[in-house]
Amino acid sequence: MIMKKVVLIMLSVFLFSACNNAEKKEADVKEEVAVNTKEIKEEIPELSIYNLPSTWTTQDNENIQLEDLRGNVLVMVMIYTSCKAACPRLIADMRNIEKQMPEEYLDKTKFIMVSIDPETDTPQRLNSFAKENVMEDDHWMFLRGTPEDTREFATVLAVSYKQISPIDFSHSNIISVFDEDGVLVHQQEGLGVDNTETVEAIKTEVSN
Amino acid sequence: MKTLTRLAFCIAIMITSQAHSQSGSMVEVKGGEFIPLYGTKTEVPVKDFRMDVYPVTNAEFLKFVEENPRWRKSQVKKLFADDNYLRNWKNDLSFGDDMMPNSPVTNVSWFAAKNYCECQGKRLPTVDEWEYVAMANETSPDAREEKSYNQFILSWYETPNTYKNTIGNTFRNYWGVSDLHGLVWEWTSDFNSVMIGGESRQDSTGDNNLFCGGAAVGATDLMNYAAFMRYAFRGSMKAKYSIKNLGFRCVQDIEKSEL
Repeated sequence: MIMKKVVLIMLSVFLFSACNNAEKKEADVKEEVAVNTKEIKEEIPELSIYNLPSTWTTQDNENIQLEDLRGNVLVMVMIYTSCKAACPRLIADMRNIEKQMPEEYLDKTKFIMVSIDPETDTPQRLNSFAKENVMEDDHWMFLRGTPEDTREFATVLAVSYKQISPIDFSHSNIISVFDEDGVLVHQQEGLGVDNTETVEAIKTEVSN
Repeated sequence: MKTLTRLAFCIAIMITSQAHSQSGSMVEVKGGEFIPLYGTKTEVPVKDFRMDVYPVTNAEFLKFVEENPRWRKSQVKKLFADDNYLRNWKNDLSFGDDMMPNSPVTNVSWFAAKNYCECQGKRLPTVDEWEYVAMANETSPDAREEKSYNQFILSWYETPNTYKNTIGNTFRNYWGVSDLHGLVWEWTSDFNSVMIGGESRQDSTGDNNLFCGGAAVGATDLMNYAAFMRYAFRGSMKAKYSIKNLGFRCVQDIEKSEL
């Protein structure tokens, strides 16, 4: 008899938790939306990436919401640190763009590398990658999120990627520029391409 | 002994009620390994999962927007859906004149589809999962080399406006899943894992043979053509696109603890 009760209790706990999970998720979303509207003075534009509710971890093991970056011009690229072919060149492209920025602009700009391989790219690994590549100034940032949030973020950047072996990915080579409110203003596609327009786009946004 | 019998009885109840509460209109798909028609030449593993028998309907999506105002036509953020979102709806909560409640919902963005599934405690299928189930015909889990299977798909590709039809009017496949071919195209969670086109110099997965027309039109060529169409379509999508012949259905993981 006791056994039966235990089983029944187990059963009901299981059914309830399965049901509540779905509801809780929804409630969470609503709460987040509520908090957002309260905290922000000006409303986020509809096309802003700050409408994405995801949490990310930096190379310094800090958790941030994308929205915490509001007010900066963002230059973003998606990479993975074990990548041997394209990513070093993408990183070089980012560095080239950064070099062309006047010193005083760098305070208002973030150059962000988002990992498409969050399982391998732990905060520790991102941190040592930043050190190896001498990208330790405040305007450099590395982010990793959950596989789902990473996939979602990539869709917003129109970046495609696919894991093709345990250590390798194929991926698009796109550098994106976002204005202070998180709205996409410019993209450059390809490796080692002429970055004049990208640099101009960043300068325009920072000086706005 | 009595206790054991009761225990067995309770477990039986638990399993049936579990199945009843979660399956709804879902069926179980036994996982396995298969070589997709595009994107890789090696076998990819697919785990066991449940899949909706039918695509999500207009009526089901209406209920969702009633409960989730942020996905209503007038309220959806432009980051999450383009101007074609629910284009044929008269307003936030009513269909257009020529829309049937049990037709598949279309003109929905990937974000909306993804959130719909999440609110049901489900998720969108991956490309591999979708293709794995969709290679079945009525009798075989992998009918890709059968001529009739390929002809059915290709003749559908040539038929306009099938999205206006109602669900359940095409074949129900080996797994018990309906309408994967013949009604609407469907969103997948990782549609942006398809690398097609010249922009990606890193694209080491593309099968260049597909771009060169084969001389003979055998079953394999037809099959490649049908799949290539699907992959190319996915490769050209953006997540906020809302397209009139693109709907979705949800899947669910099978938790080992349930067994």
